[in-house]
Amino acid sequence: MAILVLAEHDNASLKLDTAKVVACAQAIGGDVDVLIAGDECAAVVDAAKLLSGVRHVLVAQSAQYANGFADNVAQLILDLADDYEHILAAATSQGKDTLPRVSALLDVAQLSEVVEVVSSDTFVRPIYAGNALATVQSHDAKKVLTVRTSAFDAVSNDGAADVVIIDKVFDSVTQFVSQSLSKSERPELGAASVVVSGGRGLGNGENFAILEKLADKLGGALGASRAAVDAGFVSNDLQVGQTGKIVAPDLYIAVGISGAIQHLAGMKDSKVIVAINKDPEAPIFQIADYGLEADLFDAVPELTDLL
Amino acid sequence: MKVLVPVKRVVDANVKVRVNADNTDVDTANLKMAINPFCEIAVEEAVRLKEAGVVSEIVVVTVGPKAAQEQLRTAMALGADRGIHIETEEALVPLSIAKLLNAVQEKEQAQLIILGKQTIDGDNNQTGQMLAALANMPQATFASEVKVEGDCLAVTREVDGGLQSISIPLPAVVTVDLRLNVPRYAKLPNIMKAKRKPLETLAIDDLGVSLKQHQTVLKVTPPAKRKAGVMVASVAELADKLKNEAKVI
Repeated sequence: MAILVLAEHDNASLKLDTAKVVACAQAIGGDVDVLIAGDECAAVVDAAKLLSGVRHVLVAQSAQYANGFADNVAQLILDLADDYEHILAAATSQGKDTLPRVSALLDVAQLSEVVEVVSSDTFVRPIYAGNALATVQSHDAKKVLTVRTSAFDAVSNDGAADVVIIDKVFDSVTQFVSQSLSKSERPELGAASVVVSGGRGLGNGENFAILEKLADKLGGALGASRAAVDAGFVSNDLQVGQTGKIVAPDLYIAVGISGAIQHLAGMKDSKVIVAINKDPEAPIFQIADYGLEADLFDAVPELTDLL
Repeated sequence: MKVLVPVKRVVDANVKVRVNADNTDVDTANLKMAINPFCEIAVEEAVRLKEAGVVSEIVVVTVGPKAAQEQLRTAMALGADRGIHIETEEALVPLSIAKLLNAVQEKEQAQLIILGKQTIDGDNNQTGQMLAALANMPQATFASEVKVEGDCLAVTREVDGGLQSISIPLPAVVTVDLRLNVPRYAKLPNIMKAKRKPLETLAIDDLGVSLKQHQTVLKVTPPAKRKAGVMVASVAELADKLKNEAKVI
C-alpha cells in the first residue's frame, strides 16, 4: 500500500522537514507520494520532484490552500485517503494542526511525534516530556502519524517523481489576517547542526548578542529556554523544549539554562551537549557531555575568540 | 455565550516520572497530580472572557477516574460555573476523548470550546483538533491571543516561524499555548465556594458513544541514558575538547 506525505512549505520553498518525513515513510515501506497544498508554489513542486524515492508529487494549488489552514487541507487529504494506508506529516505547527483533523474524520487514532518505525503498524513515540518511550501498535486500517523530524535523516535529492495535478478545491472558513515571521540570516533552528541556546541567566535581550556572535562563528542557530522567551528576551519561535522546537543538532550549547524537564525534552537527543552555567548544581550538568562552571559573560566571549 | 473547557488530570509538571519495572507504563502511583498546565491556561482565558462580559457561563468537563473531580473543583475555584465528569478508569486515546467531548458539546451547544494545546503526559496535541473535526467547527490551535469580535473569533497563533493572526466564525474550537495568559491562583474562599457548585457525573454509556480499541501499547521503556559527561576547568579546555575530542567544530 502507498504512503501519503503532506509537504511542509511556505509556497516559496520546500522545508527540509519534508525530506525527513519521506525518510520515515521509506522506513515504513511502500510507494511514497508527496502532497503539496498551496498557492503559486512552482518552486516547491520542483524541489519535491527531486526527493529520493518519491513516486508522485500531488499538487493542489488554489488561493484556498495558500495558508495551509487545517480545515480545508484536512478535507483535501480525506478526499485522497482511499488510496493510502499511511498518512504522514512533520510534527511542525502545520502538521500538528492538520493531521488530528484528518484522523478524526477517518475515525482512526493518530500517533504523534513518531521517532522510530518498528514495523508498518508499530511505532515508537516519546511520552511524558521524553522521559519514557512508548512502543505502540495501531489496529486502525489507516495509520495517521506526525513525525519528529529530528529523529530521521533527510533523503537525498536524486529523485525524479512525476507531478499529478489535483484540481479539487475545498474552501476554508478561516480568514488570514496577518503574520509576523521572525527574519534571521542564521540556519533554521530545527535543521541547524549547531544550536546555541540562552536562558534566564542572560539577564536581558541585549545580552543575547554575545550568543549570536558565538552562533555565527559556529554557523549555528540561536535557541532559548522558556524562561528567556517569557521574559521577552527573544521571540517565542526560538523556544526549545516540550512545547517549543525539538532539536537534535551535533552540538548544543546551553548557556545560562538550568535544565528543567521541559527544556531537556527539546534537546536531550543532541549528539554533544555543552553547558555553561555558574550554578554547579544546575540539572543541565547531569546531561551535559562537557560542563563548564563559569560566568557566561566571561566564558562565552572567550570561547568565541578561541574557536 | 457559553464556553466549554475540557481539562485533564495529569502528573504534576515538576515531577519526573519513571518507567515501571515490567516496562508496561510509567509509574504514576503516589505521584502528585494536578490540572494539566495548558488546561489551566484554557480555564483562565474562559474566566477572563467572562469577566470581560463576553461569556455568560463556563462549563468544565473532564474524562477520567473518580479522582479527576479534584481538577474539576480546581477549575471551579478558578471561576468555572459547573462541571461535568465523564467517569472511566480506562486510559483513552485522544480520539475517544474527543468523541465523548463532542457528545457533551451536542448537549451543551457551547459557542466556544477552549482546550490546552497538549497534555504533558501523552504529549499528543490532538484532542482539540479532533473535537473540531467531529463537531464540524473551525479551529484555532496554539493561541497566544484570543478576541471575540461579534460572530467571529480573532486569534493570534504561535506558528513555527513566528506569529499568525486569523479570524474564524463561531462556534469554534481554540487550543491554547503557554503565552496566552498567566493563570491565577485559587483563593481559599473560592475553593470553599467551588465545593457547592454543580458537578454532574456521567458514565461513557450515558453519552451513547461507542468507542473502539485503536491501539495497544506494547511496551514503555526509559530513554537511552547519556554517557556521563565531564566538567572542564577552563574555556580553553572546553574549546580543545570540542575540537579534538568531540570533533564537533
